[in-house]
Parts: sequence; structure tokens; C-alpha cells
Amino acid sequence: TAAEMKEVSRLRDVERLLIQFQDEEGEVLGSPFDVPLDITPDKLQLVCNALLQKEEPVPLAFFVRGEAEVVSSLGSCVKALGVETEQVLPVVYQPQAVFRVRAVARCTSTLQGHTEAVISTAFSPTGKYLASGSGDTTVRFWDLTTETPHHTARGHTHWVLSIAWSPDGKKLASGCKNILKSSLNPECRYLASSSKDGAIRIWDTVLGRCEKILTGHIQSVTCVKWGGDGLLYTSSQDRTVKVWRAKDGVQCRTLQGHAHWVNTLALSTDYVLRTGAFEPATATINPQDLTGSLEELKEKALQRYNKVRGSAPERLVSGSDDFTLFLWNPAEEKKPLARLTGHSALVNEVLFSPDTRLLASASFDKSIKIWDGRTGKYLMSLRGHVASVYQVAWSADSRLLVSGSSDSTLKVWDVKTGKLNMDLPGHADEVYAVDWSPDGQRVASGGKDKCLRIWRR
Amino acid sequence: MPQNEHIELHRKRHGYRLDHHERKRKKESREAHERSHKARKLIGLKAKLYHKQRHAEKIQMKKTIKMHEQRKTKQKNDDKTPEGAVPAYLLDREGQSRAKVLSNMIKQKRKEKAGKWEVPLPKVRAQGETEVLKVIKTGKRQKKAWKRMVTKVCFVGDGFTRKPPKYERFIRPMGLRFKKAHVTHPELKATFCLPILGVKKNPSSPLYTALGVITKGTVVEVNVSELGLVTQGGKVIWVNIPYNNLNS
Repeated sequence: TAAEMKEVSRLRDVERLLIQFQDEEGEVLGSPFDVPLDITPDKLQLVCNALLQKEEPVPLAFFVRGEAEVVSSLGSCVKALGVETEQVLPVVYQPQAVFRVRAVARCTSTLQGHTEAVISTAFSPTGKYLASGSGDTTVRFWDLTTETPHHTARGHTHWVLSIAWSPDGKKLASGCKNILKSSLNPECRYLASSSKDGAIRIWDTVLGRCEKILTGHIQSVTCVKWGGDGLLYTSSQDRTVKVWRAKDGVQCRTLQGHAHWVNTLALSTDYVLRTGAFEPATATINPQDLTGSLEELKEKALQRYNKVRGSAPERLVSGSDDFTLFLWNPAEEKKPLARLTGHSALVNEVLFSPDTRLLASASFDKSIKIWDGRTGKYLMSLRGHVASVYQVAWSADSRLLVSGSSDSTLKVWDVKTGKLNMDLPGHADEVYAVDWSPDGQRVASGGKDKCLRIWRR
Repeated sequence: MPQNEHIELHRKRHGYRLDHHERKRKKESREAHERSHKARKLIGLKAKLYHKQRHAEKIQMKKTIKMHEQRKTKQKNDDKTPEGAVPAYLLDREGQSRAKVLSNMIKQKRKEKAGKWEVPLPKVRAQGETEVLKVIKTGKRQKKAWKRMVTKVCFVGDGFTRKPPKYERFIRPMGLRFKKAHVTHPELKATFCLPILGVKKNPSSPLYTALGVITKGTVVEVNVSELGLVTQGGKVIWVNIPYNNLNS
């Protein structure tokens, strides 16, 4: 108890410090109180949980003044920062995911069937189904319980470059040849497809026709993303990122700043928009379909979205061929929040972690860099690959990251320590597409060797 | 068939018959009938020969007609999906990653370092002494047979001077001394005539290597400075070891 602790520390003559708990947005929790300098994160967690008065204790991470994480004890952190011990020290607490995703370690199956390289893979929002698109113009669906082919969808005439699930898990959109990216609206009705000719088409999936054509980009549109606030974000090879209003297709803003092609976009609310009403914490061993009427699902999805987003507007990160990334606040400002430099080759993919706190960028310079999701500050580099890193995927609890590279291996990284957790060799040729299922159980990877591999614990 | 040009001469001097062109035209138009008559009525060996020839002609005709037809109907070129499927982010980029090229380069360098002059020698038939060297008889009664003359092409260096004729055992005739060699680049399929620098190895015998005899399968050093080749490291190549497949 607190009294005993005080006694013990007074006996030991340890310095004490006044700290004030704050949450990520600056709101204060409780009043400042006295703790000994050698307090550990576990004890801090106990105290904070008591203050939060939640039903179940939530795992928390603590950051002194919002910068340095408290790892071993508060004292070491304070010493490292060189903070005055006279004033009240703000300590930011961050709730971590309650569930813990285990790293995948073994390849449970190699799914053959495609007759050409596998170009794109995607798990359905609940993790029940897996779809893969390939250069042989087919989209194949795989049954995950038996790890065998389920269905082959034919109809395309060219390489299937992009596949996207609708957040309710009922529909899959795939684009071929000139359609570089496609993405379904959170309400699952509209589909936006980006194309090499510079136009974005919005299709109505119910009526089956093209509703709007958004022109404005001069060169091929590399990425299109639906935002949760009724905005549509697109990036293009003409070095700009454009923001459109989804309702009427009017262009709101053009974000300029990059010096070369903009390859990829990432929204802070990406993960929550992708999974919709499915909450990874409630995942079971056998993935289930989403039940409930459309209204219920919408409600749930909206709740989850608001929780993740918080009070700040959505953030957007764009990665480009000019080796840098830009962090934007697209809903409000034209100017970038931060420019993230450090890569020595083009940035191929950027992804926010599911809890939006971290940002991972995969680049052709064989490294992955982790940045702070809020400020864009550089945190660490993950090195280990011997060739360009093509794609990355976060685990649902934001603790692990899997990356696929052209050196035919996948690597699982522990983001907290920045160390390699697991090395997954096995592919015979370059790995083109990687995805982690939202229930955290499986990782699927497809590559140039025409096989789709599933990895599990 | 006229043996001389008397028909042409006559035509030049006197011109054509008045109905010549008409008759010619009509005769040619009757050819189809005559052909079909022949095809129906010929028997025996003549028939066989004729039918064989006609068959070959028909095949050729059918081929040309088909070709013409294809030209008329413009077919969609991209019916088949092209090879080399690539994900969206690699679409506009040049193919192979540098890694593979680099690793290949490194492997090549390692191979080179291991055996610098080790060009894989083919299994060539070893040329015996009687083939390459000819016995020269000397002496007052032409009985001494210790001299040998090389019968194949050889290379002697720039500063070559013969030993005193009384003592030289191996004669390399001037007519068979070559300074330049034709080298073919296997990929570019281009041939260059480059000055020889030296004979590296003759697979038949070290004796031939020492003499500079060039036979089939000999490894020869050649001056490639004219080509202006540059290695990966940026050094100019001036020595290259090609295969020598010339002569026998």
C-alpha cells in the first residue's frame, strides 16, 4: 500500500518526485502525488488503473513528459532526461492493447494454384477469408481452416493489381491492368479505384455503375484512401496529394511538397476503417462472420472509429520516391506537419499502427523506419533485410510488424525493442505481398514464386 | 530456250506480229484449262512427277493466301497477358533489383579470383606430334632427323629473333606467324580483329604452349584496348582471354 511504500522509501532515503498523470491528449487524471524515484512501470500501472477506475486493469505504457518511455524505473528515465525534480512532472499514460498477438513462427502451408506470380493478398476484415490476386488474371479465395483453395474467380483479362475487401467482409473488389489501387467506402457501398491515366472513378457497387470521375491528377494515381470524415485522399506520380469531398467529388485541397512520385498513402484511421465493426480483442480461434444488421454494424464501426481517432483530426502520411515522407493534417491545413527524412532509397510503403501511435515505412534501402505517429519524430530503424523491403503489415495489437522483401524472406520485428523477433525464410523468390489477419493468428505472403504461404504460431 | 539473242534481235529489228499481244493474252488465259486437262489426263511416271510438283505449289499458294488474310483482319495484339507479372508499386520501374545484379557480379569476381587464367578448356582432341610438327631432314646425306617444323599457325612475340639456324630444333615458318586474331563476342555476335599478346595455354601439350603454336582450343591473350571496354570497377580492360576456335 502507499503508506508502506512511503515508510520503506523513507527508510531507504530515496528521493521522491511529484508526478501528474496525463492522457495522450493532455487531459489530466487525478491530482499530482508523490512517488519514489525508483518506482517501476508495474507499480505505476497499478496506481494509474486505480485512478482510472476501470473494471479490468488495462496494460499501460508510461512516457515522461510524453517523450521518454519509462522502462526500468522512473529514476533512470528522469536522470536520462535531466529533468528538475522540484516541479511536478507530467507522465503520459498510454493504454496498450489488452490482447497480445503472438509472433508467427512457422509456415503451416504453401498454397499453390496460381500459375503466375502472386501480386496482392488481403485478409477479410474478420480474418475468416483470404483472397489473393495474381498475374495469371485470377483472384483466388482460400479456406483458412483447411488451408486449401476455396474458389477461383475468373474474369479479368490482365494482372490483378489490387484487391480490397469491404469492411463488412461481404464483398471483394479487384482491379486489373490500369487500376492501381481500389478501396471500398466504410459504408460499403462505394468503391473508389485509382488508375494509371490519372483519374479516380467512384463506382456504386449496388447499382453497378460508375458514379463519378474525379480528374485533376496529371499522371497516374498511385494510391486512393477513404477517410472516415467523408473525405477521399489520393496520391499521384505528379508529386501531389489531393483531398476530395466524397459526397460531390469536389476537390478540397492539393498537398504539395514532394519532389518525386508519391508512392503510397497511409491514414491514421486506416486499420479501424478496414476492420469496421470487428474488434480484434474479441477474436476467437475460429474466425466468425460479422453478425448483426447493417445498422448495428455501422454503429459499432462508428464507435471504434471515434475511439481510435480521438479528438484530433485524421492524419495522413505520404511516402515518395524522393526518399522522404510527409505527415499532413489534410482536413485542415495545406502545409505538412512534418517532413520525415532518413531513408536512402525510395519509400515503397507506409503504414500506421492500428493504435495510430507508430508509423512504419518500408523502403528500397533494405530498412524499415519507425516514426512517432503523432509528431513524426524518428524512433528507430529496423535493419536485417538484404534487399529492398516491399511491404509491411502490423499485428492487431501494434506490437509486432512483419515485412516482406525482395530477398525472399519475411521478418517479424518487435517494435518496442526494435529487434528482429522471427526470420521467416521459405519463399523461393521475391515476396510481393504481405498481410496480417486482423485476428492476429495468421500472416499470408505471396510472391514471385507463384505460391501463397500461410504462417502461424 | 534460245541459246543466243537472235529472237530478241529480230524483235528489235522487225517488231512484233500484229496480233502478238492478243494471242499471248489469250494463250495465257487458256492455261488454267490446259493445266486441269493435264492433271486429269496424265498417267504413269509423268503423272507422278506432275502431281508432286503441283502439290508443292498448292501448299505454297495456300500459305501466301493465309498470310494475306491475316494482314486484312487486324487482330488485337494484347490478347495474351504478357509475362512477368509485377505488383502495382513495381509497374513503372525497371525490372531486376540491383541486388541480384550485384550478387551475380560478386559471384563472377569470386570465380575470376579463384582461377584467373582458368578458362574452361574444352575437351579437344589432343594433337599428336606427327600432326603438328613435320620432320625436317638435314645433313649431307639428309639422314639426320632432329629438326622439326611447325605446320600450324603460331605466334611469336615482338622481340623474337631466331636462334642460329644450326642449333634451332623447332622451325616456325614466317608464313605461319600471325600477329592478329579474329575474336567474336558471343553475345554481340560481332567479330573484331585484335592483335595477339601471347599464347596462354595450348591444351595439347606444354611444349606447344612454349612454342606459341595455336591449335583448336588454345587460350590466347588478346589486346582489347581498341574496343574501349571497361570493367565493373571502372578499370579499362586491355587483356582478354577468348576462346580460340580458329582453324583446326
